[in-house]
Amino acid sequence: MFLLSVAFAVLLICLLFIIRLYVVVKTGPKYKPGSRGPVAVVVVAGSGGHTTEILRLMECLSAAYTPRHYVIADTDRMSEEKICTFESSKQDSDSKSQFTICRIPRSREVHQSWSSTVVSTLNALRYSLPLVFRLRPDMVLCNGPGTCVPLCVAGLLLGILGMKKVLIVYVESICRVQTLSLTGKILYPISDYFFVQWSSLRDKYPKSIFLGRIV
Amino acid sequence: MRTVFVTVGTTSFDDLIENITSSEAVETLKAQGYERLVLQVGRGSLLPVADSCPHIRLEAFRFKDSIAEDIKRADLVISHAGAGSCLEALNAGKPLLVVVNDKLMNNHQLELAAQLHADSHLLYCTCSTLTETLRTMDLSVLQPFLPGQPKTFAAFLDKALGVR
Repeated sequence: MFLLSVAFAVLLICLLFIIRLYVVVKTGPKYKPGSRGPVAVVVVAGSGGHTTEILRLMECLSAAYTPRHYVIADTDRMSEEKICTFESSKQDSDSKSQFTICRIPRSREVHQSWSSTVVSTLNALRYSLPLVFRLRPDMVLCNGPGTCVPLCVAGLLLGILGMKKVLIVYVESICRVQTLSLTGKILYPISDYFFVQWSSLRDKYPKSIFLGRIV
Repeated sequence: MRTVFVTVGTTSFDDLIENITSSEAVETLKAQGYERLVLQVGRGSLLPVADSCPHIRLEAFRFKDSIAEDIKRADLVISHAGAGSCLEALNAGKPLLVVVNDKLMNNHQLELAAQLHADSHLLYCTCSTLTETLRTMDLSVLQPFLPGQPKTFAAFLDKALGVR
């Protein structure tokens, strides 16, 4: 009898979780944090090309997107330099702008095997959850490095628990013409705004947004 | 001095270096009016020395922090199909010939080069057709590659999020 009630409780929680997940993902387009003031952003910079591409996007976002929390992999030195250079150039035009740089363990090094990727992604999630719960951003902006999966999952969880709706904005790399990256495939169903840069991808993924090349 | 810059990015691509420094290819480059050949050979096993090609001014190096200056000084860029190299050359407004490494199959990086070729932003060949392509290429068919528009992204997001 006891076992049965435990099983029933677990089932109920799972069901609730799924319903919440559905509601959170579906309500994205109606959520307008910008109408209430500044939009706090978590920006997932990757390494190399990913960082360059996402800074090109950040260049055009107005001062309404404040504060900006950049997340980089802890083994990445280049990105930190690029971000600081970028932010100090932005500072000139807007003296109130503010940003932070946070580090989490890398989800996947280039050429890492897929099975060990699962382990290191779980490890990265251990750091991403407290980070996102502390920052409580209005949106997570990312463009493909593996690091963004645990951060988006953490953002989703904030919504599922009813603590805060976190918009997930994903921009697929310009390199992807016919197929999505692995990160793209994972985030396609849970992202609120999913941008692709080639029409062939828009045709295959109807939920995606195509505005031409944006980086 | 009309210059050709060859880049293989962070990879190795000995077939390309071997083919472009062959006497046939060098003769063709000379006939097309190129006088200087700069090679970025990456991790390849070939690093040709300056006097290995007597008919052209040859320079070769493995890596540099930035190849932006080499691209800027070039009149033609010959590159592997890597997305980073292709975009860097096109964003600098240089005519680009991409040489596909047919020994690398299922490389997703090829997607971008193939699409940019379909849109006439670059020329496309393999090592075995390199000399023939250099002989017959017509750079005037290339369409200018316009920079991406992050502003449209920002405008879309402002509207979607209700930012005033």
